[in-house]
Amino acid sequence: MSQIKKLFTDGIFDKNPILVQLLGTCATLAVTTSITNGLAMGLSTTAVLVCSNLFISLLRNFIPKEVRIASYIVVISGFVTAIELLIKAYLPEINKSLGVFIPLIVVNCIILSRAESFASKNKPVLAMLDGVAMGAGFTIALVIVSAIRELLGNGTLFGKAVMPDGFEPSLMFVMSAGAFFTLAFVVAGMNKIMSMLKKRAEKKEVE
Amino acid sequence: MKEILLIAFAAIITENFIFSRFLGICPFLGVSEKPSTAAGMGFAVMFVMAVSSALTWLVYKFILVPSGLEYIKTIAFILIIAALVQIIEMFLKKFVPALYQALGIYLPLITTNCAVLGAALLNIQNGFSFIESVVFGLSAAVGFTMALLIFAGVRERLRFATPPAAFKGIPLLLLSAGLIAMAFSGFSGISL
Repeated sequence: MSQIKKLFTDGIFDKNPILVQLLGTCATLAVTTSITNGLAMGLSTTAVLVCSNLFISLLRNFIPKEVRIASYIVVISGFVTAIELLIKAYLPEINKSLGVFIPLIVVNCIILSRAESFASKNKPVLAMLDGVAMGAGFTIALVIVSAIRELLGNGTLFGKAVMPDGFEPSLMFVMSAGAFFTLAFVVAGMNKIMSMLKKRAEKKEVE
Repeated sequence: MKEILLIAFAAIITENFIFSRFLGICPFLGVSEKPSTAAGMGFAVMFVMAVSSALTWLVYKFILVPSGLEYIKTIAFILIIAALVQIIEMFLKKFVPALYQALGIYLPLITTNCAVLGAALLNIQNGFSFIESVVFGLSAAVGFTMALLIFAGVRERLRFATPPAAFKGIPLLLLSAGLIAMAFSGFSGISL
């Protein structure tokens, strides 16, 4: 049980793929113009991550060591294609706004790095839970970044106006420069929280 | 001829892969420490992107479309790119060891560079012809290299900066990249 708890605190907080490990930055910067997009990207990446972790873990004793990376890429791109076709069929709006970034989930470093460092060494159930935890961390970070950008850049959340009348949206935040700035401040905030927690833990030890 | 020039100009300046399309950010943050490594990575990417744009276009047009397999293009393209990178690595090692010494360590990183797969997919999505695809791949890589070199220059200065503790490292890099992106967005006013 404690192992499962650790998986989730790692995925969402201590080893958050975006805020701490800085993996998958392309997707983070590109699709976070609105919460809907951020959420859709997070959930589709999570779906691919869970499936590929499960599959790679099941195959871990059959994949020869020399060709493992190539095999992982084939497994991952298979699932990405499946998700891509599903989104195209049922959510054409999302497909239009995420565009080329759905097939590009294949080269999202989070998925390959979980396959290599976790799924290939652990049992299927654990690997799946790791996928859920890491995916949750990824999705939460995307939602935070996209909420800030949508609120400041457009004055809306989920497409609904929430800011007071006098608010003048700053277009910069939905443009590319705003993506870099927002992520910079969110990562800096995360660093600050981490160092504060560390200090508090040290203080407790001294006492 | 005019269309070709327009595609090249857009890919290098107005729709720069790093600063406006956000493709290839990982290597952009990873290998821009020094101008020399940035240039090495840039040349390796140019080479791979030009060849892979040509190959993926040919495979799509003459193998996938005739057999009705367009929907597996993502799988096919990533395999082509991975194989291509491997072949280039072996070829350089055997025949041009000097170049291999210079580019060798960057080659394996290119497989997971989303700019390469991104360019291949965008070629198909935009309905480019063969020549247009190769030009697009090459000029996107030129834009990528330019961004990398500019950023490497900025980073040399950043080494002496003393930001607040929480901003040390990645946040500072992202902020500087944001400022450059802002400058690049000025180009988007150019209409051709």
